[in-house]
Amino acid sequence: MLKIQDLSFFVPDDGAQKEILKNISLTVPEGKLIVITGPNGGGKSTLAKLIAGIEKPTDGKIFFQGEDITDLGVTERARMGIGFAFQQPVRFKGLKVIDLIRLAAGKKLNVVDACAFLSAVGLCAREYIDREVNSSLSGGELKRIEIATVLARNSLLTVFDEPEAGIDLWSFTNLIEVFQRQREEIKNRSIIIISHQERILNIADEIVVLDSGSVRTTGSRDEVLPELIGTASAVQACRGTWKGEDC
Amino acid sequence: MDLGKVQQMLLKEIADLDAPPKGAYNIRSNSESVARQSTENVNIIPKENASGIDIFIKPDTKGESVHIPVVISESGIKETVYNDFYIGENADVEIVAGCGIDNCGQHDSQHDGVHRFFVGKNARVRYVEKHYGSGRGEGKRILNPVTEVYMEEDSYAEMEMVQIKGVDDTTRTTTADLKAGAKLVVRERLMTHEVQRAFSVYTVNLNGDSSAADIVSRGVARDNSFQKLDLKIVGNAACKGHTECDSIIMDNGKILAVPALEANDVDASLVHEAAIGKIAGEQLIKLMTLGLSESEAEEQIINGFLS
Ligand SMILES: Nc1ncnc2c1ncn2[C@@H]1O[C@H](COP(=O)(O)OP(=O)(O)OP(=O)(O)O)[C@@H](O)[C@H]1O
Ligand SMILES: [Mg+2]
Repeated sequence: MLKIQDLSFFVPDDGAQKEILKNISLTVPEGKLIVITGPNGGGKSTLAKLIAGIEKPTDGKIFFQGEDITDLGVTERARMGIGFAFQQPVRFKGLKVIDLIRLAAGKKLNVVDACAFLSAVGLCAREYIDREVNSSLSGGELKRIEIATVLARNSLLTVFDEPEAGIDLWSFTNLIEVFQRQREEIKNRSIIIISHQERILNIADEIVVLDSGSVRTTGSRDEVLPELIGTASAVQACRGTWKGEDC
Repeated sequence: MDLGKVQQMLLKEIADLDAPPKGAYNIRSNSESVARQSTENVNIIPKENASGIDIFIKPDTKGESVHIPVVISESGIKETVYNDFYIGENADVEIVAGCGIDNCGQHDSQHDGVHRFFVGKNARVRYVEKHYGSGRGEGKRILNPVTEVYMEEDSYAEMEMVQIKGVDDTTRTTTADLKAGAKLVVRERLMTHEVQRAFSVYTVNLNGDSSAADIVSRGVARDNSFQKLDLKIVGNAACKGHTECDSIIMDNGKILAVPALEANDVDASLVHEAAIGKIAGEQLIKLMTLGLSESEAEEQIINGFLS
C-alpha cells in the first residue's frame, strides 16, 4: 500500500546540513498494523509528516497504491486516502468539534453519527460535540478529539502519532479496541501507529525501530519485541557499558 | 409589507426574516417606515422632530423581542436615524437591529444609526446588530453606527455586533456608562475586504462598585482593507473590566489595535488582551490533511473565528 524508498530529510543547520532522516526504506503492506517506535528525537514524527506531505523529502520517493506521490501536496494525499492524527493536535478558535468531524467526514453527517466517533474514543459525545476546539479543552480531551476526527475521515491508510500521549488508563483500553476495529471495518486498510507503549507494540503485525534517523530494526512483532524489551531499559544499557559490573 | 426582491434579500441577511416577525417591530426601507407593530408591553412611537423611533418597553416585560431592521436599496440615500430604547425595570428582552445596504448605483448610500439604550434597574437586554452591504455600483455603502448605553443598577446588557461583508466604510462608536452591579458584554465581529475601512471605538465607563464589562472584538482584514480598534475602559469604582482584540490579517490587510485602560480607583481591576496575526500555518495544514484545499481551509478557519 505504501512504499518508502531511500527517503532522506535534511534541514539547514548553521550553514551545514542536519540529517533528520537518512535513507529510510519501508513497505507497509495492505491490511497491516505497523508500529513505529524508537527514542525521542529519532525522527518518527518527521517520517509521519513526510508521508502526509507536510514536509518534502530532500531525497527519495514515496509510493501510495502504486502511484508516486512524492510531489503531491497535503490535500491531494488526503483525498487519495492518507489520514494523519497529529502528535500535538491543533486548536481552533471558533471551530466546534462537530465542525471538524463534519469536515473530516467530507459530508453533512447528522449529530448522532458524529457523536459515534466521540464515543469511540471514550468521550461523552453530548458534552463535547458543541465545544469549541480551543484552549479550554484539556490536553487529553484534545488528543481524543483529534483521533475521533481522523476516524471520521475513514482513510485507507492512517498514521497515528503517539495516540496514547496524555490519555488516561481507562480510555487507553478503549483506544486499542478502536485500532482493532479499524482493521476489521475495511479489510485492506493499513494503520501506522507511532508509539512508545508496550500494549500498542503488542497489537502490531510489524514493528519498525527508528533511531537517529535510520531504521535500526524492522520485522514481525515476535521477532522485534523480545529484543526491544530486552535492551530498551536504561539498566541494560548501563550494564552493557560497564561490562556486567554493578552500577 | 410590500418590499422588493432586493429589500427582502437584505432583510433575510441581516435579521433572518422572511415575513414580519413575532412581537413588536419597525421595518424601515429606503428612509420610510414600511411596517410597524407595537404590543401590549412594547410601544414603538415615531419621533416628531427627527427621523427615528422611541421604543418603550414596560417594566417586568419578559421574553419579548423587538425587531427594527433597516434596508436601503436606492443609490444615494444619506440618512441619520435616532432610535431610543427605554427598557423598564426587571424587563428581559431581545432587540434585533441591523442594516443592509444594496447599492448598484453611482452615489454613496449612507445610514448612520444613533441608538441610545436606557436599561432600567435589574433589566436584561440582548441586542443583536448585523451590518451587510451588497451591490456592484460605484457608490459606496457607508454605515456609521453610534451606540450609547446607560445602565442602571444591576442591569445586564449583551450586545452582539457583526459586520461581515460589503460595507465600504464604517465608524462604529460605542459608549457605555454603568452604575453599581451593572454588567455589559460585547461581542463584535468585523470582516473587511477589498479597500474597505472600519474604525471601531469603545469607551466604557465603569462608574459603580461591582460593575463589569467584557468587550471582545474579533476581526479579519483581507485584501487591502484596514481596521482600527480603539477599546477603552475607564474604571471609576471597584469594578472589573476586560477587553480583547483578536485579529487575523490576510493579503495586504492592516490592523491597528489601540487598547486603553484607565483606572481611577484602587479597587478597579482592568485587563486588556490583544493579538494580531495571520492564520496559523498548522491550522491550515490540519484542515488540509482532512482533504480541504488551502483556500477552503482558510474559509473554514475564518468562518469559525467570526462565528
Ligand atoms: N524543521 C526542523 N528543523 C530542525 N530540526 C528538526 C526539524 N524537524 C525535526 N527536527 C529535529 O529532528 C529530530 C527528529 O524529530 P521528530 O519530531 O521527528 O522526533 P520523534 O522521533 O517524533 O521524537 P518524539 O518521540 O520525541 O516525538 C529532532 O531532533 C528534532 O529536533
Ligand atoms: Mg514525535
